[in-house]
Amino acid sequence: MPYLFNTPEQQQEMLKTIGVDSLESLFATIPSELRLGRPLEIPPALTEMELQAHVTRLAAKNVGPTSRVCMQGGGAYDHFIPAAVDEIAGRGEFYTAYTPYQAEASQGSLQTFFEFQSLICQLTGMDVTNASLYEGGTCVSESAFMAMRVTNRHNRVVLLGSLHPEYQQVVETYLTHLNCEVVVVPCLDGAADPAAVDAAMNEETACLVIQHPNFFGTLEEAEQLTEIAHKYGALSVVSYDPISLGILNRPGDYGADIAIAEGQSLGTPLQFGGPYLGLFSCSEKFVRRMPGRLIGQTVDRNGKRCYVLNLQAREQHIRRDKATSNICSNQGLIAIRAAVYLALLGKQGIREVAELCCQKAHYAAEQLATVEGIELLYPERPFFKEFAVSCSEGADYLLRKARQAGFDLGPELSRFEYQQAPEKFQTGVLVAITEQRTRSEIDQLVTALKA
Amino acid sequence: MRNKLATESLFALSKPGRRGAEFPAADVPERPLSELIPTSALAEKPTGLPEVTEPDVIRHFVNLSTLNMCVDTHFYPLGSCTMKYNPKRHERLASLPGIVDLHPYQDQSDLQGMLGMLYEMQEMLAEISGLPAVSLQPAAGAQGEFTALLTAKAYFEDRGEKRTKVLFPNSAHGTNPASAAIAGFDCVQLASSQEGLIDLEDLKAHLDDQTAVFMVTNPNTLGLFEKDIKQIAQMVHDAGGLVYIDGANMNAILGYTRPGDFGGDMMHFNVHKTFTGPHGAGGPGSGPIAVRDFLADYLPGPVINYHPDAAETEQYTLETPAKSIGRVRTFYGNIGILVRGYCYLRTLGAAGLKAVSENAVLNANYLKALLKDVLPVPNGNLCMHEFVASASKSKAANGITAMDIAKRLLDFGFHAPTVYFPLVVPEAIMVEPTETESKETLDAFAETIIKILKEDPEFLHQAPHSTIIQRPDEVVAARNPILQCCEPQ
Repeated sequence: MPYLFNTPEQQQEMLKTIGVDSLESLFATIPSELRLGRPLEIPPALTEMELQAHVTRLAAKNVGPTSRVCMQGGGAYDHFIPAAVDEIAGRGEFYTAYTPYQAEASQGSLQTFFEFQSLICQLTGMDVTNASLYEGGTCVSESAFMAMRVTNRHNRVVLLGSLHPEYQQVVETYLTHLNCEVVVVPCLDGAADPAAVDAAMNEETACLVIQHPNFFGTLEEAEQLTEIAHKYGALSVVSYDPISLGILNRPGDYGADIAIAEGQSLGTPLQFGGPYLGLFSCSEKFVRRMPGRLIGQTVDRNGKRCYVLNLQAREQHIRRDKATSNICSNQGLIAIRAAVYLALLGKQGIREVAELCCQKAHYAAEQLATVEGIELLYPERPFFKEFAVSCSEGADYLLRKARQAGFDLGPELSRFEYQQAPEKFQTGVLVAITEQRTRSEIDQLVTALKA
Repeated sequence: MRNKLATESLFALSKPGRRGAEFPAADVPERPLSELIPTSALAEKPTGLPEVTEPDVIRHFVNLSTLNMCVDTHFYPLGSCTMKYNPKRHERLASLPGIVDLHPYQDQSDLQGMLGMLYEMQEMLAEISGLPAVSLQPAAGAQGEFTALLTAKAYFEDRGEKRTKVLFPNSAHGTNPASAAIAGFDCVQLASSQEGLIDLEDLKAHLDDQTAVFMVTNPNTLGLFEKDIKQIAQMVHDAGGLVYIDGANMNAILGYTRPGDFGGDMMHFNVHKTFTGPHGAGGPGSGPIAVRDFLADYLPGPVINYHPDAAETEQYTLETPAKSIGRVRTFYGNIGILVRGYCYLRTLGAAGLKAVSENAVLNANYLKALLKDVLPVPNGNLCMHEFVASASKSKAANGITAMDIAKRLLDFGFHAPTVYFPLVVPEAIMVEPTETESKETLDAFAETIIKILKEDPEFLHQAPHSTIIQRPDEVVAARNPILQCCEPQ
């Protein structure tokens, strides 16, 4: 075993100090009838060399973006990651440190998280950001919980039907068993119908959850929808794409009360869906109702500026069943990746990435629409980097044909369950174009699909 | 020698026009943005992100990183948190092409290696827990608790029972009651016995037809094995309830006993503790749950199934259990951490896992024996992987508190143990050395504590003395929260 130190001689010496005669007798408090009494049936141990060969073999059985071009979206995106991100996140001082409860021994993590909070506030225009939650989908549930606390309305939340279907499912898992009604306003035409949203709202609604750009990639009337939420005294929760804020209006600018996002785009690899990064920001007036960890600036006993875990009275290790949430970890290492990514890009870089995504996605959409049998699902709707197409031969046909040519598109819309799904969802496929995609790739795909 | 310039905030380092990343010009015909996006949706001004160079960024964060203690540099005996060595091979293997770059919506036929690995992980966790059905989805231990409680709720509702109460001992982790509360249960806290174990009488007094779940950590947060666990489980089952095992302390019993064998119906693993996923200064974690077969249909989806007779490209599939509680997160789980856990289990095998528990328990008992005269442990004779000592004696004698000892240890190059938890021990100092420490390290640590206890109490109240900052003012921080460097733009 490569990670154990004590030699048999040392073990004997230690047992003697303890005053027992064998390792086995250290387990005397486990009653014998509860002992397993046989070895665990798990595969035999492998040396590092064998393990590497084994895992490499398993990895080679997967087909990833190294062998096909990724144009997939649906909440996880193949953005470029500068080398410096891996370099910093790979430092043992960051990834092998614990939650910074001992501030004197953790100023590095604490200041980094404080800067992460600051960077996300600058990106979103929001007052306060916490030190991250699990991922995008659970952020929606946490924002609904928080909205219930703030508004003291516990029985009803409204979601736009253009919210990621898996986010909707997570919210339903978290809320419906509490007898909180989760109302989904069906999205029939690629973006919310403000009149339908207005009709779904009432004075008992805790919040309206908007995704902008939405699951189909198109832009919502986020400002107008926020006004509708406020008209009923509900909070406006906006789930945004962090990259899009390089060019789009920020949630803080149009009055969102809570802004949430999946932060994977900010320097974290796809890694089959996790770990990702839940970004969670809100207005200052709600900060004491906020879930998750918060880092604050203060001074030490010598008056020196320093950083600590702040407002811990909200958290479960203090408040137990009265805590603002049960979350006791953050996504520290992923938050560090996002901080390094945003620092490298700066205000100019984030704008360039957003513009590249937007320009290339529009080129791709135009070109794909020239393929016979393929049309944009929502040709009239403005979009950012992702869009839906439908294929007259069926979604499977399109995905298969693209795969054969070396391109992964998707997900297909029929994979998800929708309330009142329009007919064309059956043949719909999402296409996401990041700054990494080139004109030549897009042209090759289009040529292959035309063949 | 500190580089104070580099550790100024990123915003202070910012100079207009500096750049840390450049992107190629668009290779597609560009159109004015206002043709693509309605102007009402476009930002009027750029974000307030700082402008710094790549070397600025590297020097800044590398300098910050050196202000941390971590497992790679220091002994980190945090009770209840299991800070063991994080094997470097895991970092390399989790970053392999074909693992780190898989999109969650790829076709299942493209994912057979990944799904096969995750299926094997499910199987290994089932064997280690003695509970046959596993969902890898929960993102952390606390989400595992919540998920299992919803699973139990769905099971009871399916049987036409409306059970409202979740019981847990007063030594429980704060996440247990918090998870029960957000799952919509009433929380009932039980007393501990004189020995620091579950008080059977108190448990009995609170068990009734409203009891849904009893949550228990075993070994418990005092580092003691609940020796009556089988009887306790029987009592809960007789009342029609289910037993939940908080798996935070699994590293004490690997291969020795299994929650499924001692009466647990459900449990979560902390892959980021027991199976060495690094803590990342707070996360990511991974909290898969394992349950008895009669609960399998309620697990959150998707789970991975194996069809041995299918074509090789379709043997492993993602499926949602028949009566699933739904999803608890997007996609499938914290895969990067699960891959590390998988590598750990495959490195150790059965004998290695058992040796881990033996050495964890040996180290804890050894350290406890070295400290028994200065920091007595109120509960239990033999401990498991951790013990909770009390500084009450030194506090009464000369005013040296648990906090003083913790802070002063930093000066000697040891991370502090967990202090003031669990709440049931006054002046608690909770120590978990883990199996990846040597006798030499434990000897040095014990000597240091003994030395500290002889120091001037006034000097100790001011400790630490050698760290970059000393005793931050948390009251000021909470009263007037400063939560970001600059004003919103």
